[in-house]
Amino acid sequence: MKRLMIVDDSNIIRSKIARALGEHGLEVVGLSPNGEDAIERCVSARPDVITMDITMPGMDGIECIRQIRRLNPTVRILVVSALADKATAIQALKEGAQGFVCKPFTEESLNEAIGELFSED
Amino acid sequence: MDEQQLRIFVGIIQHYFEQETGRPAEVGSPYLCDPSQLPVHDFTGVIGISGNRKGCVYFSSPREILREMLLRAGESDVSDENLADLAGEIANTISGNARREFGHEFLISVPIVVRGTHQSISVPRDVRAYVIPFRWHKVDASLVVSVM
Repeated sequence: MKRLMIVDDSNIIRSKIARALGEHGLEVVGLSPNGEDAIERCVSARPDVITMDITMPGMDGIECIRQIRRLNPTVRILVVSALADKATAIQALKEGAQGFVCKPFTEESLNEAIGELFSED
Repeated sequence: MDEQQLRIFVGIIQHYFEQETGRPAEVGSPYLCDPSQLPVHDFTGVIGISGNRKGCVYFSSPREILREMLLRAGESDVSDENLADLAGEIANTISGNARREFGHEFLISVPIVVRGTHQSISVPRDVRAYVIPFRWHKVDASLVVSVM
């Protein structure tokens, strides 16, 4: 079972992602409301995949991806953000994310995106 | 903010409610509003705009809409905490989606949520404020765009 960590400043979005992906075989091992917390939690939670918001209080998602990449080069990162411009998606991918889902999202689009992250396994 | 740019926000509201609830919002005609008369409902999510534009965008809703949206999404916790969270998340999503048209230099803040209809929301004095009224689940709510 893949281990999932969810990083988003919205409690309801964290719950929504946990419900959507928990029903499809991912084990939720961490919930973080901001980048700083995510970096701390990432070490102990040892996730296989992280969903990452971009706009958060304190450290944003882009910086968080950069730092998590240094700690864990193999974790898969899916950005789940309202920022719908191409430049943000390109920057996130450049920093080490493997996928991007734009809010508002459906359960299907989220599951499909997670499936694509592991399609080469 | 011209008519075409306001239409971007109208489209985003329609898409948001359709996607999240399967039921589109009925969006009315945007109108220019005196800053002292701006609508404020039970929960208001405010996003500051900076970068290539300046001002703010806010989403203001009665609790009935937020409560119904949470329940439809399968969220059983409809506490005020979660209603406020949703108001902030909607404001964030609408403003973030606007970057598709306004570009990545349309910088958005994290949401600030104001509770209560007796509150007033400060918008920049030198920027026109447009109200985009809409109705969902037979209840009226508003998006206010005050961006130059």
